[in-house]
Amino acid sequence: MTTFVWLLPFFPAAGAAINGLFGIRWFSRGVTAAIACVSMLVSLALAIAGGVNAARAPIAREVFLGEWIPPIPAVTLKGAAAFHASWVLLIDPLAAVMALVVTGIGFLIHLYSTAYMRSEPRGSYARFFCYLNLFCAFMLLLVLGGNFIVMFVGWEGVGLCSYLLIGFWYHKGSAANAGRKAFIVNRIGDWGFLVGIMAAFFAFGTLDFQAVAAQAGRWPIERAQFGGLSIICLLLFVGAAGKSAQIPLYVWLPDAMEGPTPVSALIHAATMVTAGVYIVARNAVLFSHAPLVLAIIAIVGALTALMAASIAIVQTDIKRVLAYSTISQLGLMFLAAGVGAVSAAVFHLVTHAFFKALLFLGSGAVIHAMAGEQDLRRMGGLKRYLPVTFVTMVVGALAIAGIPPLAGFFSKDEILLQTFGRNRALWVLASITSLLTAFYMFRLIAFTFYGTDEPSSPHPPHEAPGTMTVPLMILAIGTIVVGFMGIPRTLGGANAIEHFLAPSIAETRAVAFLKVAGQPDPPGTQEMIAQAREELERDRAAHRAAFPVSEATEGRAWALMLLSTLLGATGMAAAWRFYVNHPEVPRRAAERWSGVHALLLNKYYVDDLYDATIVRGTFGAARELWRVDLRLIDGFVNAWGVTTRVLAWMSHMIDKVGVDGAVNAAGWSAGEGSFLVRRGQTGLVQNYALVIILGLFGFLTVYLLAR
Amino acid sequence: MLSTIVFLPLVGAVLVLLLGGRGDRAEREPIVRYAALAVSLVSFASTLWLWMQFNASTAEFQFVEQHEWLPQFGISYHLGVDGISLFLVVLTGFLTPLALLTSWQSVHESVKLFSFFMLVLETAMLGVFVSLDLFLFYIFWDAVLIPMYFLIGIWGYERRIYAAVKFILYTMVGSILMLVAIIGLGYAHASSTGTLSFDLLQLYGTALSRTMETWFFLAFTLAFVIKVPLFPFHTWLPDAHVEAPTAGSVILAGVMLKMGTYGLLRFAFPLFPTAAAEFAPYIAALAVVGIVYGALVAMVQPDMKKLVAYSSVSHLGFVVLGLCAVNVNGVQGAVYQMLNHGVSTGGLFIIVGMLSDRRHTRLISEYGGLKAVMPRLVAAFLLITLSSIALPGMNGFIGEFLILLGAFRWHPKVAAIAATGVILSAVYMLWMFQRVNYGDVTNEENRRLPDLSPREWAIMIPTIATAIAMGIFPGVFLKPMEPAVVRVVDRIHGTLPAAASTRSPGSGLRASDESSTLAPRPAADSPLISTLGSRPSALGPRSSRIGQR
Repeated sequence: MTTFVWLLPFFPAAGAAINGLFGIRWFSRGVTAAIACVSMLVSLALAIAGGVNAARAPIAREVFLGEWIPPIPAVTLKGAAAFHASWVLLIDPLAAVMALVVTGIGFLIHLYSTAYMRSEPRGSYARFFCYLNLFCAFMLLLVLGGNFIVMFVGWEGVGLCSYLLIGFWYHKGSAANAGRKAFIVNRIGDWGFLVGIMAAFFAFGTLDFQAVAAQAGRWPIERAQFGGLSIICLLLFVGAAGKSAQIPLYVWLPDAMEGPTPVSALIHAATMVTAGVYIVARNAVLFSHAPLVLAIIAIVGALTALMAASIAIVQTDIKRVLAYSTISQLGLMFLAAGVGAVSAAVFHLVTHAFFKALLFLGSGAVIHAMAGEQDLRRMGGLKRYLPVTFVTMVVGALAIAGIPPLAGFFSKDEILLQTFGRNRALWVLASITSLLTAFYMFRLIAFTFYGTDEPSSPHPPHEAPGTMTVPLMILAIGTIVVGFMGIPRTLGGANAIEHFLAPSIAETRAVAFLKVAGQPDPPGTQEMIAQAREELERDRAAHRAAFPVSEATEGRAWALMLLSTLLGATGMAAAWRFYVNHPEVPRRAAERWSGVHALLLNKYYVDDLYDATIVRGTFGAARELWRVDLRLIDGFVNAWGVTTRVLAWMSHMIDKVGVDGAVNAAGWSAGEGSFLVRRGQTGLVQNYALVIILGLFGFLTVYLLAR
Repeated sequence: MLSTIVFLPLVGAVLVLLLGGRGDRAEREPIVRYAALAVSLVSFASTLWLWMQFNASTAEFQFVEQHEWLPQFGISYHLGVDGISLFLVVLTGFLTPLALLTSWQSVHESVKLFSFFMLVLETAMLGVFVSLDLFLFYIFWDAVLIPMYFLIGIWGYERRIYAAVKFILYTMVGSILMLVAIIGLGYAHASSTGTLSFDLLQLYGTALSRTMETWFFLAFTLAFVIKVPLFPFHTWLPDAHVEAPTAGSVILAGVMLKMGTYGLLRFAFPLFPTAAAEFAPYIAALAVVGIVYGALVAMVQPDMKKLVAYSSVSHLGFVVLGLCAVNVNGVQGAVYQMLNHGVSTGGLFIIVGMLSDRRHTRLISEYGGLKAVMPRLVAAFLLITLSSIALPGMNGFIGEFLILLGAFRWHPKVAAIAATGVILSAVYMLWMFQRVNYGDVTNEENRRLPDLSPREWAIMIPTIATAIAMGIFPGVFLKPMEPAVVRVVDRIHGTLPAAASTRSPGSGLRASDESSTLAPRPAADSPLISTLGSRPSALGPRSSRIGQR
């Protein structure tokens, strides 16, 4: 299986190429859809095979596909080294989990889109699937990349696809703006990521994930000072915050809802936005050596979670509520990663992918039924028109609210429990977030499906076709069952996901890694796998012995679980009371606390703040610089030109008046002088004789006198 | 062989003149066009042949031709290519036919003369890249100016005379000083060895007094940075680009700007290593300022050509930064970025030319919503834009990444500032792209514009294919380059013996970066490196706390 891992991104890429080159022009919708969906289905099958493989052996395998940038000599802190970048894919439990999420949810969303996008013109339809397939290819490259550079290719590639898909309806100015905003804010993050990669290269002399982890594991943990590892991790986190929409770079995600709804579900909820969490998980060893950065990550995550959740409770656009909810949930994942519970973060990433994709696709079905209406206030009473959507969305809402035994409960509980053990203040923030989460989610449900008002739609709303409802149902089933892979030990479960991920995340020497260069495993592989498994088991046993599950922690776990369920239920009940039983209450509350309401409605004015400072500042500076360029720098050049011309004119004048004047003066004086002399030339011999005699006389006088 | 390649376009130019008949005859136009195109294609094929015959494992100059020319002055006719100049030769060969094709419909006045000047220009540019005698180099260097002066001055837009005069005078200021320095260097060589010589390989390592070296270096460098153009010597560029015909812009941006960076790498730095070490930080500082400054000014340009021109200032800033880092990563990246910039900025000018052929305006505000009208042209535009903003998988990424890596080795903070260019390039390029192509068609004139014609396909496909191929298979270019780059770096660091030409080939992986005389401050001074540098004492493995309860 491992040798063929490159086929995972290959199939969607091929689908994109076929649809992009030929589909836009020639294919019917059916052919386009078939190519796109089949390519994803094949990838999904391969990902399942990869997952099974990874589950069998706790081993990371690197697949070398080819050289990209050939080795270039460089000097690093490790001495003379060579910078090189190869197409290396890495398949290990973490990559397998991510690949399963991408291909599984990706396939369902492709299927859903075949119906959702049907009203598009044929060319646009093919273009949409071309972009969507391309996105999946890059996302798979991102999660399977074996080194920072390959990952960065995927990282920028998904950003490009996100740009293209947000701006899919390019004739809408708001969509084009949103796409550009997303790309640029992401690029700000990429700046950090890029500099972080370079710093990592000079620190470790390699950019291979496994090698970096192996080296970072030998550095001391930078507890007190903010050293080199901390700088690298912080820079990488800047990139993660851009991609995963964390403070202060979250502003692009709500605007990204301008894209078609399946895009929001796939890119801006389930997969791409989780890439930031993924890089923290992928480099867990590196980050664990920079606890100060982990603390920053935890704080940023918790604050983002709370801030986004508080904004979500007043938003009226169904997709924007979900967008802020996504930001909030991503914040929880970073909180988990920041307190060291990396596998909990990945677990929440997986469950969130299911229920958030479900909620987005459900909202898409609602929008579809309402003929494009996205304003919650104009909806209501859709329960009886859209039974399937209603049931599945409630499942999703219950999951995100953390009601047992749905998926969200287990993953969120795990995060809360881990945070409680680390920092109580952050735990309080996270708990408030989960209360708000349940509240805004059921506010959305109440607005959409309850209420007596007839929906204000031209024709009666109708349930979506089967290609849209089937993915909803599958995702709903997934939302119910996927949490069972992470049942904590307190509840008698095995926390399977944590054990599964351990080889990728734990700092353990049990992780063996092999290079498989297109041929079968080298001899000794089985022994290595067996040894790795043994070591991992030993580590695990040692860990259990060191941190026994005592009565006290067991009791605490139970208490926290109850509390979080209670919080979820409270939020739901409050939403029910406010928006179903007493719809006038929220209105009065908004009037009473109009300042707070306006603050939340305007998203804390952060967008306005950025616009007033950074955006305007940059453009103002640019205009000023242009003026400087024209007036000062080019002015200087032109002044030189003018000076030269003035000098030339002056030379010309000197030449004309002075030099040439002197020559002319000589000529003139000769001419004028001759005029005087001419008088003497009378032509009369007597005159000449007189002059001769006078002259002779004069000479004689002088001669005689002088003698 | 090299002489044939260099002078082939010149022969073609004369042929074109003959074919065109007397005067300016419209009925001969197609003959002239096809003849010029054929000559440029043959010339491109000959440069490709050169690449195929090139031995990638050695740093030596290949295809060397040396004949006595003016022996009493030590001037010889000396040509040769190494891994650095090889690809610039190929780039010249690649862009000239494209430039001729772009002017197929936009140039109608005296096509004969236009084709003549284009081919003469090609010969001059090829000569610049293969000359190994300073005097010969100088002749080609100045010969380039003449055809370009006419191309801008005759076939340009409204303010063409101003732009042409500014272009030629600005460049001449630098090159005159360089000529003085060349002569001075020749005599300095004579006074230390007894023989007058302008041969580059003999001049390397000439003993010079400190003052003389400084002045010579500054004279050379001024000529080159004006050509690059490095901030603040860049203001001739926007004018020249805006006023030049499309073909002129393509050649100007694609090849001529590289003459400056090539000159720095081939002449100014290795001839005067001590002065280079002293001044490299200042030049790098100007380069970084140029990266940010060019990008910011590009952001607010209303004219597409000006925008691309200022983006060139930014991109060329990266190249100069890579050169100033003087390590193998940085210089390899810089040379690679020269080629990238030729392809992607050349491509951008071609696209702008296509739009301006259709609408006779270059103002962004005149466009909008073109994607609905010309989807294929816009798709090509998007790919070239992505190449220009250095998306991984496209050519620009490789160059910028290697340059930043090299700069990071030299000075992490400088690299971090330069990397903001990556953000800004996305800002100005995507904003222009959006205003031109997205939204509704607001201007009625844009509603019926034709999409790519077969001729335009023939221009765009090679350009885009090259941009992608260079992003995916950089090894094809980087490997032949490496020995030459390593040697130049060694030479600048002074770690190469003066009689360098006797060095054994195949020492590709020899990097003597560590003895970096160029680093203005030892690397350990910079905070990141020093903190990273405090190597841990070997601590034993700790028990894991991550991911487990």
